[in-house]
Amino acid sequence: MSVPAPAPRPAAPNSRPLRIAVPIAVLLALVPLVLPPYSAILLAYGLVMAIGALGFNLLLGYTGLLSFGHSAYFGVGAYAVALMVKYLKITSMELFLVGAVVASVLITALFGVVCVRYTRIFFGILTLALSQVLWSLAFKFFWVTGGTDGLRVPTPSLFGGLVTGAGDKIAFMSHAYYYYVLIMFCACVALMWVIVNSPFGMALQAIRDNETRAEFVGVRIWRYRWVAFLVSGVFTGLAGALWVPLNGLTTPDIMHWTFSGEIVFMTVLGGFRSFAGPIIGAVVFNYLKTYAVGYTVYWQLLLGAVLVALVLSLPTGIVGTASRLVARFQGRS
Amino acid sequence: MSLLVTKDLVKWFGDTHAVDHVNFTVKENEVLALIGSNGAGKTTLVNLISGLFRPDGGQILFRDADVTHQSVHGRIKAGIARSFQLVNLFDQLTALDNVALTIFSREGKIANLAALAASDSAVWDEAHDVLRRFGLDAKARTLAGGVSQGERKLLDVAVAFALRPKLLFLDEPTSGVSTREKAPIMDTVTSIVRSTGISATIIEHDMDVVFSYSDRIVAMHQGTILADGTPDEIRRNETVTTTLIGTRETR
Ligand SMILES: Nc1ncnc2c1ncn2[C@@H]1O[C@H](COP(=O)(O)OP(=O)(O)O)[C@@H](O)[C@H]1O
Ligand SMILES: [Mg+2]
Repeated sequence: MSVPAPAPRPAAPNSRPLRIAVPIAVLLALVPLVLPPYSAILLAYGLVMAIGALGFNLLLGYTGLLSFGHSAYFGVGAYAVALMVKYLKITSMELFLVGAVVASVLITALFGVVCVRYTRIFFGILTLALSQVLWSLAFKFFWVTGGTDGLRVPTPSLFGGLVTGAGDKIAFMSHAYYYYVLIMFCACVALMWVIVNSPFGMALQAIRDNETRAEFVGVRIWRYRWVAFLVSGVFTGLAGALWVPLNGLTTPDIMHWTFSGEIVFMTVLGGFRSFAGPIIGAVVFNYLKTYAVGYTVYWQLLLGAVLVALVLSLPTGIVGTASRLVARFQGRS
Repeated sequence: MSLLVTKDLVKWFGDTHAVDHVNFTVKENEVLALIGSNGAGKTTLVNLISGLFRPDGGQILFRDADVTHQSVHGRIKAGIARSFQLVNLFDQLTALDNVALTIFSREGKIANLAALAASDSAVWDEAHDVLRRFGLDAKARTLAGGVSQGERKLLDVAVAFALRPKLLFLDEPTSGVSTREKAPIMDTVTSIVRSTGISATIIEHDMDVVFSYSDRIVAMHQGTILADGTPDEIRRNETVTTTLIGTRETR
């Protein structure tokens, strides 16, 4: 052995993510001030979906598990809020969020125990089947859930009652509620960033890459997959809770597997290999869907065609393709 | 003193007696070579000891404790680590991350999801140190899937070594690399093992590679132990030379 060289420092917690995130957060904060209310509300939907997709991608991108049942957790969040309104007459958004987190922890903990023993197609089918069970419960137990009519959720009060939704609903949603969503979005992004860059996040990637070897470096596979499942489901449940006041109504549709498909799609569209992929994908998908619906009654056909074209031309997703272009540009200059 | 003892260890696959009543020991501070032709049962024996397979009979004692029904995790904690015949790495993590993750795991830090891994400089310093000892520091930032075959074999050993085992099983650390690369790999691996004062069992079917690096040699054939002795004794052992001669010619 030669004389030991001084250890090159590890990738110290660098400031690059903050240098990107802070300007984007500032731009997002300006939206209600410069754009019409409708745009802010539309973007709020996108940010909510981004939280859900971010949770979903902890399983797909980091743990290597493709869930086809995330609509269930989104639905659990939304229905938890709606049932709190119906039975407990609660209007506080903070209590809604607590209720949604508790409900999604319970459901994902249970579903997780069943699912994390499996991988690949078996995992996908199990998550799909379990979510369809929840969907059919929401559908059939109409005296509780309202069946296909769904449950209405009035405008909530925010920040412990400091801000109430009395008055113009559009103005409330495009300003107060938009900022509420934005704060939650920033908190969720920061939290997920820490999680995927923690030792736990590294272990998930190790499990994804090579389950056998992960076991032989002492990682308890099922335990950590289960924790990932839980975190993933809770993020998506939180998204459901934030979504339902925006929409004013929750119906069994959001528990249906086709909605799980949309979550998969927005994540792949943005790029599941990168942290920001699901965020960008969710926001873009939300715009695409809205315009497709407004443009033609055959919106599903149009949307499908556009998405197929996008995925074929951008196989690594929007973020993957963009970072390749940036790298090429920097290499040239 | 014996570090590891197996008593009448048995593993069948259908009619194949892959490991057939094997009494195998590893002493402290020794480099043991486990030789035998393809299909002799060497890998299966390691799979049983490391906990990948459950035995059909017999016992495994490690430092006098019965680990026969211990979990993989428990055996690692006790001090048994292994590498793999077909390289098993985290291909989309860098070489450095492969080692660092292993150290996080060894230190019981994986349960931490509320702190950035990058800020734990003790772990990264040690990971760099491990890579340097294996001559892999230049590849620290390369994805494990993107380094050469010889480097992958070394990295596979480095990952097992980073667990700080008392007994390290290396399943054919030089298979699949060119003849020219074999000696440097064996040099690196055995010198690290000896300088750390741990024991290693190195599986190898190339007899020539084995003799110069081991203190003791155990030869397996059709699931049983054929011979056990010093390199000189094994070299003179006629049963071994006649049984394993095919290996020498077909290698
Ligand atoms: N997982 C398995 N399933 C079925 N047969 C196996 C399995 N692993 C090993 N065997 C059989 O057990 C015997 C010993 O194999 P192995 O331990 O891999 O030999 P070696 O490592 O000495 O080349 C071989 O006949 C092999 O085909
Ligand atoms: Mg073998």
